[in-house]
Amino acid sequence: MITTALRTFQLGLRGVARHGLRSLLTSLGVLFGVASVIAMLAIGEGLSHDVQARIQALGSNNILVRSIKPPESNSAAAERSRMSVYGLTYDDAERIQKTLPNAQVVVPVRAIYQDARYVDRRSDARVVGTVPWFGETNQFTLASGRFVTEIDLEVRSPVCVLGFTVARELFPLEEPLGKLIKLGTQAFRVVGVMQPRTVLTGDEQGTMEDLSRDVYAPLTTVREYWGEIIVKVSSGSRDMEQVELHQLQVRVADVKRVEITAAVLREMLQASHKTKPDYEVVVPLSLLRDAEETKKDFNRVLGAIAGISLLIGGIGITNVMLATVTERTREIGIRRALGAKRKHIVAQFLVETVVLAGGGGVLGMALGWLITVLVPKINAKLHPMPTQESYVLSFVISVVVGIVFGLYPAWRAATMDPVEALRHE
Amino acid sequence: MQDVHRHYTMGDSVVRALDGISFEVERGAYWAIMGPSGSGKSTLLNLLGCLDRPTTGAYLLGGEDVSRLTDDRLSEVRSTKLGFVFQSFQLIQQLSILENVEVPLFYQGVAPHESRERARKALERVNLGDRVHHRPNELSGGQQQRAAVARALVNQPIVLLADEPTGNLDSKTAREILDLFDELHAQGSTILLVTHDPGVASRAEWVLRVMDGKLDRVEPGGRHRAAAGTGA
Repeated sequence: MITTALRTFQLGLRGVARHGLRSLLTSLGVLFGVASVIAMLAIGEGLSHDVQARIQALGSNNILVRSIKPPESNSAAAERSRMSVYGLTYDDAERIQKTLPNAQVVVPVRAIYQDARYVDRRSDARVVGTVPWFGETNQFTLASGRFVTEIDLEVRSPVCVLGFTVARELFPLEEPLGKLIKLGTQAFRVVGVMQPRTVLTGDEQGTMEDLSRDVYAPLTTVREYWGEIIVKVSSGSRDMEQVELHQLQVRVADVKRVEITAAVLREMLQASHKTKPDYEVVVPLSLLRDAEETKKDFNRVLGAIAGISLLIGGIGITNVMLATVTERTREIGIRRALGAKRKHIVAQFLVETVVLAGGGGVLGMALGWLITVLVPKINAKLHPMPTQESYVLSFVISVVVGIVFGLYPAWRAATMDPVEALRHE
Repeated sequence: MQDVHRHYTMGDSVVRALDGISFEVERGAYWAIMGPSGSGKSTLLNLLGCLDRPTTGAYLLGGEDVSRLTDDRLSEVRSTKLGFVFQSFQLIQQLSILENVEVPLFYQGVAPHESRERARKALERVNLGDRVHHRPNELSGGQQQRAAVARALVNQPIVLLADEPTGNLDSKTAREILDLFDELHAQGSTILLVTHDPGVASRAEWVLRVMDGKLDRVEPGGRHRAAAGTGA
């Protein structure tokens, strides 16, 4: 039984090998189908992995509330005063902390753009006034030194922690820890340096934010030195803004409650910011979920494309096999006369199509793998991640394509009248 | 063969290719079937070769009625009880001579080494022992037909069926093949040979003449030696 199967397989292989070029061309459809499926799946997997990693960096337990400048609709009032007042307030932070039972910690953030200077070197920095527990909600890692402490906050110490890029620009050679630098006009002592870090801003374009230009200082110190009013000089006019807090991070202990908490938070803020929409709420967990949804949609589209290309490949195989069957009518007649049953003929031709499709599948897997290796060399932003499942799946599918699209030609071959077949020229 | 009919339906009309034919061939006999074209002799040979089934009537082969068997069973009968020699040799061009001879054994499920051995012996018997790895188109017509004979013999059939075996050969090689048939007959093979060449037919013990789908007559062949054979 096994030897018969083996010999039938050999017979099929010989049939395929007999016309090497034709067989290769026939299996091209399946080859490219499989290759593109593997490559696209790998690229998609890589992309979604990147996106998920970035979203996770925002912290899936976190809810971010940001101040945004409202559209200049009631610009009459704004122009008169030349001062726009908007955004989250210290009251908001306090209210959230008090009323939301799920909010484990609330991290207020106030950010001001200032020059950072050390001796004759300068660097553009964003001074972030915050609280000691900022680090724990943001999965920060220090390269050296320490972060802002409770005492710093209490006594408004002029200390700061440098983002990676700022540290490198100000201290290309020296050790920054313990040095005094100037942020704007104020002097701060460097107590720590961060690791480089980028996160998603959470907007719909998936913009990345480089956080290595941040300089972290105690919120109280920042408030005392710079007050609440920020003056921007742009094209000759002075714009003044008053923003108390630029961002609030709310950390929820239980991941399952993140979305409910976010809903409550939205309602609370809506009540206190009735006049203008000057804030936005970003829930990384929802973003993550959206990203997964998108990935599923992507895979569905991919599946459809793969299905179509394999269908076309399969039809190509059927076509060539029908021609082969006609071409070998005499051989079929001879084999039938010499005792071949219908199933022997079916098996012989089916093995040929399966070898064609399966061979195309294997070559396609190799090509797909090659593409995943080459793609990052062309576009460094893409990191394809081929999955084992995609290889197994595409091989199985190509074999199934071989069987499905080989059945008809094989059946045609087997049901030929032996007498007619022998007479065929 | 008992009252065998084979009718074909072509459009509205029924073609009676064989219209009630009966005869009996004993084991070890050598018969020639003759008749003009269109007489039904090819149809008869297809029936005898189990490539086709009679519309009505019975065909007993080695005591078994094979006229109502399924397609699969007919294949088995062909592979175990019958050997074919065709006018145009019908060797598979892509296979070597040895592999061609092995084909019937393949479908019987004979183990590879045994089938190789048997095929080699059959080829030696037809004096092609030194050509086993050649392709059919590398051999002369006579050699190809000898290979076909070897293929017909390799499964030790009850009956050897030959359809114009010398039709594509020159007279010298034709004689070689007919000598080979004589030899096989002498060794006990049953041979049924379809031909329209009286010279070929004369070598058989009996000549069966077919006309218009009916048995015309059975007459002793050139070498009639009191073997059995009964008419309609």
